[in-house]
Order: sequence, then C-alpha cells, then structure tokens
Amino acid sequence: MKIDVRHVTKRFGDFTALNNVDLEVKSGELVALLGPSGSGKTTLLRIIAGLEWPDDGRVMFDGTDALSRSVRERHVGFVFQHYALFRHMTVFENIAFGLRVRPRGQRLSEAKIREKVGELLELVQLTWLADRYPSQLSGGQRQRIALARALAIEPRVLLLDEPFGALDAKVRKELRRWLRSLHEDIHVTSVFVTHDQEEALEVADRVVVMDKGRIEQVGAPEDVHDRPATAFVHEFIGESLVLPITVQDQRVHVEGRLLPIDPQGVANGAARLFVRPHEIDVVAADGAALTGIVKRVHGLGAARRVEVQLSAPETLVEIDTPRNLPVEVGATIGLKPQRYRIFADAR
Amino acid sequence: MAGPATGFAERVRPNGTTQRRSARTESLIVRWLIIGVSLLFLFVFLVLPLVTVFVQAFSRGIGPYLGALTDPDAVSAIRLTLIVAAISVVLNLLFGLVAAWSIAKFEFPGKSLLITLIDLPFSVSPVISGLVFVLLFGAQGFFGAWLIEHDMKIIFALPGIVLATVLVTFPFVARELIPLMQEQGTQEEEAAISLGASGLQTFFRVTLPNVKWALLYGVLLCNARAMGEFGAVAVVSGHIRGETNTMPLHIEILYNEYQFMASFAVASLLALLALVTLIAKVVLERFAISEQ
Repeated sequence: MKIDVRHVTKRFGDFTALNNVDLEVKSGELVALLGPSGSGKTTLLRIIAGLEWPDDGRVMFDGTDALSRSVRERHVGFVFQHYALFRHMTVFENIAFGLRVRPRGQRLSEAKIREKVGELLELVQLTWLADRYPSQLSGGQRQRIALARALAIEPRVLLLDEPFGALDAKVRKELRRWLRSLHEDIHVTSVFVTHDQEEALEVADRVVVMDKGRIEQVGAPEDVHDRPATAFVHEFIGESLVLPITVQDQRVHVEGRLLPIDPQGVANGAARLFVRPHEIDVVAADGAALTGIVKRVHGLGAARRVEVQLSAPETLVEIDTPRNLPVEVGATIGLKPQRYRIFADAR
Repeated sequence: MAGPATGFAERVRPNGTTQRRSARTESLIVRWLIIGVSLLFLFVFLVLPLVTVFVQAFSRGIGPYLGALTDPDAVSAIRLTLIVAAISVVLNLLFGLVAAWSIAKFEFPGKSLLITLIDLPFSVSPVISGLVFVLLFGAQGFFGAWLIEHDMKIIFALPGIVLATVLVTFPFVARELIPLMQEQGTQEEEAAISLGASGLQTFFRVTLPNVKWALLYGVLLCNARAMGEFGAVAVVSGHIRGETNTMPLHIEILYNEYQFMASFAVASLLALLALVTLIAKVVLERFAISEQ
C-alpha cells in the first residue's frame, strides 16, 4: 500500500516536532526514517500509525484519507521500541491477540487461529517458544515475537519504532539481515525508525534523513551517503572532515589563504567545506593551501587512518590514506581535497 | 512486574549469605541487644494485646462467647459492618481504578493536585472526615433542610456511614495502583489497540490482568480498614443500637457498659479479620512474585 504524508505539522506545547513534512512511501517499499533524537522521526511514524494526530496536514493510504480512521481501523502493524509484549500472556497468546479481538463475525475458528499462529511462529523461527512468557525470552526473541504479533493481523503497512535499538551489537546485525530477507519474502510496505545510519543504509530501499522536525533528504542509501543534499546530511551520515571557509568572488579562502577549489556556486560569505576522510589527497607541503603535521598513524585494514594537526585553521583532522603511501609521524604534509561539498552557513 | 511498585519485593528477597563474616562489625552483645529490643517491642505492642483480646473473649468459656456473638445487637452490628464494607470496597475499587488509570495514562491540568488529594484521608483525622458529612447533610447542615423536605436520611443512617467509610478508605486501592500503572506505561495498551482491540477489550485483556495482584492487595487493605473504621463512623452513626452500630461502635458501647467479656468477644472477630488479612496478604505477595 502507498502512503502519502502531506504538509504534516505537529506541536507538543512550544516544541515543534514536525514542521510541514511531506513524504511518499511506495507500495512494497522498505523505508528508514533516520535522524538524531528529537528530529521527529518517531512522531512521524506514530502519526502514520494513528497513535498520534497531526495539528495540520494529511495522511493518505492508497489515496484515501487515513486521518478519519482510528488506529484500530487502519490495519497497521506496529512494532514498539521496547516490544510492548503482553506480559501476562504466553508467546502464543500474544501472537493470537489480534485474531481473538476481532468482532465476532470476522473471528476465525480456534483451529484456524492455532494454524495461523503456528505459521507465524515458523516465519520468525521460534516455534519452540510458544508456551513461554515474554519475561523468559531474550531481547532478540522478544523483537521477533513482537513482529509476528504485528503480522498476525495481516497489516497493510508495517511500522517499526527503533526495531533494533535495545539489542546488543551482534544480535542487531543478525536481526537486521533477517528483517531485510523477511521483507523480500512478504513485501509489505514498511517504515522503520532508527538513529543508526549503518542500520538505515544497510536495510532500507530508501532513507529519509530528518532533523529538527524537517526532512533533510530522501533518497537511496548511496544517494544520501554520496550526494548529501545539505550540510546536516553530510555531517550526520558517514564521516566528514569539516573546515570553515569563506567564499569571495567565486574563490574559496581558508583562513585568508586561497584554496584552489571550485566554490560550487555558493554565494559570497561564510561557508563550510565537507570532505570524506578517504577523498582527500596527501601532497607535498610546499605550495599547498592546507598543511599540517602528522600526529598519529593507525589502522590495520586496506586504508590507514592518519591524524593531522592542521596549522591553519588550528584543528585536528582525520584522513584515510592507502597503505602503500609513506606517511611518517612528525612529518609536515599538504592536503588537497579531491571530492568535496561546500554548503553556505545558515544566516 | 507487580512486585517493586507494590513495595514488597525487597522484603521477601533474602540477603546473600556469602558476605556474613565481612559485613558484620557489631559485637555479639550489641547484636543481641538490638534483636532483643525489637522482639520485646513486638511482644508488648502486638502479641500481648492480641492474646489479651482472645483470653478475655473466652474468659467465661465458649458458651457465653457464642452467646455474645449471637446477641441480636451484635448480629445487627456484624451485618451492618459487612454491608458497609461491601459497598465501600466496591466503590473504592471502581474509584481507585479510574483515578489510577487517569493519573497513570493521561496528562491533564491539576494532575499533581489530584495525586495529593488522594492522600488527604491518610493525613486528616477520621473525626473530621465524619464531621464534614454532618456539616453537609446533618439537620442543621448545608443540605439538611432540603433532605428533610424530601424525607431522606443520610446522617445517623446507612448512607452516612457508607460515605464516611468511603472517604476514609479511598486511598488504599488508588495508592497501590498508581505507581504500578505509571511504571507499566501505555505501550501495551497502544499495542492492543493497534492490533484491533476496542477500549473495553484493551481494559479487560491487557490493563486489568497487568494490575490484578496490586488491585487485590489494595482491596484487601481497603476492606480491613473499612471494617475497622471507628472515628469517622462514630461521628455520623448516632449509635442507634441494632440499627446504626457497626462492630467497632458496638464494641465500645459494650465496653463502656462494663460488659468486658461480650466486648472482647466481638473484638475477637475484628482481630481475626486482621489475622486473615495478614495471611491473605502474604499469599498474594507470593503469587505476585512467582508470576514475574
């Protein structure tokens, strides 16, 4: 099912959680809402679910108004951050809940319910836990049961709030691969919230980057990583080396010295230069606009991480260099950005 | 997770025995002195009075004991106490649930004031709790004339006794539920609704089962207090024998008339109630903990 969010605004007292947000989720897509805490991503998810109501704007499911329907009627599968499993029910009863509370006319027979719950337990590979209580399960198991419970009502949309937030690193990696393959099997339109960029970039078809109640960029994982639309996205996703610069008459200056790079159409005034650590070249110090002293060299992989103390501006930056390039601690080197982005400072 | 909020989990959990040696710094004498003082205190203030009640009650044997309990005035007092307790407990069960629900699950102006007000009956003298109803509904009271006009009796009658008892006992259920419900939050309810449950289904299948032990615990304490309440009831009852005397009032009257044996016979019923409450409380705690 297709979800349309149009001009949605939500305030909590003086705090604007969502500021005129527009978003389109295509049918069958797996979308990540990515942002720091307080960016409004969970609020947006809860508004789509019907657990929260916007002050302004519209939410459409397949072109029909969703806001006129309550969360009960929206047929949305919601997986809560802390799972919210019913603590006094067994795993089996938790999953069966959505089937048992249906109006009498639509309720399945007991045999059918058992069959369906059995199928879902198989889907999440936890058949052997049917008679346990939630308190007896591990975090990863609870998460999968919560997912099975949400899927039991055959939701038109699956919404997940920080689905892996409360898990340890290893289980997290396993579960997100599992979620990805599950999505490929069942293909239900899914939206999940996360503050972990790695998670968003690995799992989602498209990533929605949010900050301060606004959407900064929407795009495929490689888009938001390689072609960030704003300074915030560049800094938030992946590593960035950031330097304050000024643009004057189509020229870029660093601390008063000319940096021979293209200002990328940025207007005169203060701006910032963003470079990925692996997209900056080491050059001879003589004549280079950016020079610094190598403080530390470390790293065991294909690339080496080099910490450089720049002379102007006086700041410590980290860059990645190929292994075969000789860089010695204490040496003075020059740096030349190879690929970069320039964003004007907000005024 | 019913334990921590109702405050009995830590009492049951035994201390680890591994630290015994190193943790002890007091000398043997000090230790025995402390233990001795607390045991003596318990004996003098709890065990001795309780034993006295039963000794006095049976001082003339089982026959007179039963005679005192089957006296028409005693029977009427017992019946009235049971009726008053039954009504007050049900009312406070409902009120406690609604109050705890609204405080724990919603935000609204005046919420902290409501939480404070719930504790009021604990801090105000029961006599005052009784007196307010006399001032409101008594013959000279605020609604007095209107009540007389419509031939309704509240003070010196069952409604007054129930009102006073409800007022005195209403914190018990709410107090047990509020911290537990606040700790549990609203996520399970949200989950239930998103799975298609109606408000009532959510309440009976999710909210209520999650607080059942704390609720029973609150009801138990509420009941014990409702049956034993003296001060507030004494003010509104009017002490009409066979009509508006509850057990505690009946006990006092017998005592004032020097009928010690009969007085203690009825008192032994209240003491028994206390013991039953205590046992039930322990059993409930066991259940609540084993379910975690």
